[in-house]
Amino acid sequence: MSKTITIDSKAIPFEEGQTIMEAAAAAGIYIPHLCHHPDYTPHGSCKLCNVKVNGRVCSACTFPAMEGQEILNETKELNDDRRKITQMLFVEGNHLCPGCEKSGNCKLQAVGYYLNMLDNHFVHFFARRNLDASHPEVLIDLNRCIFCTLCVRASQQKDGKDVFAISGRGINKQLIFNAESGLLKDTDLEATDEAAHICPTGAILIKRTGYHVPIGERIYDHKQIDQVSLETEHPEHGK
Amino acid sequence: MANKIRLATTSLAGCFGCHTSFLDIDERLLKLAEVVEFDRSPLTDIEHCNPCDIGLIEGGVCNSENIHTLREFRKHCKILVAVGACAINGGLPGYRNTIPLEECLGESYLDGIGVENPQIPSDPELPLLLNKVYPIHEVVKIDYSLPGCPPSADVFWKFLTDLIDGREPSLPYELVHYD
Repeated sequence: MSKTITIDSKAIPFEEGQTIMEAAAAAGIYIPHLCHHPDYTPHGSCKLCNVKVNGRVCSACTFPAMEGQEILNETKELNDDRRKITQMLFVEGNHLCPGCEKSGNCKLQAVGYYLNMLDNHFVHFFARRNLDASHPEVLIDLNRCIFCTLCVRASQQKDGKDVFAISGRGINKQLIFNAESGLLKDTDLEATDEAAHICPTGAILIKRTGYHVPIGERIYDHKQIDQVSLETEHPEHGK
Repeated sequence: MANKIRLATTSLAGCFGCHTSFLDIDERLLKLAEVVEFDRSPLTDIEHCNPCDIGLIEGGVCNSENIHTLREFRKHCKILVAVGACAINGGLPGYRNTIPLEECLGESYLDGIGVENPQIPSDPELPLLLNKVYPIHEVVKIDYSLPGCPPSADVFWKFLTDLIDGREPSLPYELVHYD
């Protein structure tokens, strides 16, 4: 008999070595996430995938599935926390959706929609952050970076490069580029790199592709992120 | 109807796009008018708020006059609503928030391309600019928010009819947009 965990009282089989996130996704259960991507080593930083495991809050993307775990995922308490986390992400950066090319295709925005986040609640930082337009094909707007490190991981693990890193700590941390000049144009990033396409927000954009998809046909215009996530990251469980 | 619900609206640092979208409820305006009386609003030209049930605020807070207006609405409206991206997070005018005000004014009125007779406007009639454009919830308590740039006509209709019919307002997925 295979080993099982329960998520919201539903028995879910898992294999040794799987995280709770992996076991859930394999069973067609969506756990909200931004820094997690099935192709890369978990980072466990965004905390959106917080679930309650036997009464304790854990990150589903990093916590191993183990026999006998009783896990809560879709609860009001957890979703209230997730909404607050998303609001904090919005006020920490400068996320002005009406002027962003990624709008409609943005995972940060889609998570906000999924959690029915209608305002930002907290006081906005309005932090002064830079924009690097030096690269001929890729634009990076640090106003929209949420420090998920997916570009860092994609560059190292998929592209075999080391273009990105997070520098500094706390409120002073920022995404930096691996070049003497610090400019994106002097790195070996190419527009075809996985790292140039992995950003969940509008921080990394391919130039001259904005607004090609009209409103109404964008990824999250009619489909919620739980459905899209299962369809794209775990195609066998797309609804 | 003897006691109509009183509704006030205003635009602070906004573009009136939200008001225009509100008017897009089209013929449903007639239904609304059966139960709602407009108070202070660009639609009525009433200059100051009387006690109201609902106040709709478009735009963020960019100058001293915006603060007075917003406080007047808060004082007189039982339910105050942030309408649209600018009211919620500063929106397009909020793009100036990462640039010091002196630099903004310098670029616009002193050093910018094509500026003639450079001077910072200082007529006492002009409201003083704030250092930043503030989302309205950072100035007064807000009861509900309607996201969107602008929120669609259906958002206004769903929200107002929920309130008027005594339901807790809620927006389905298709009506929640930040753009």
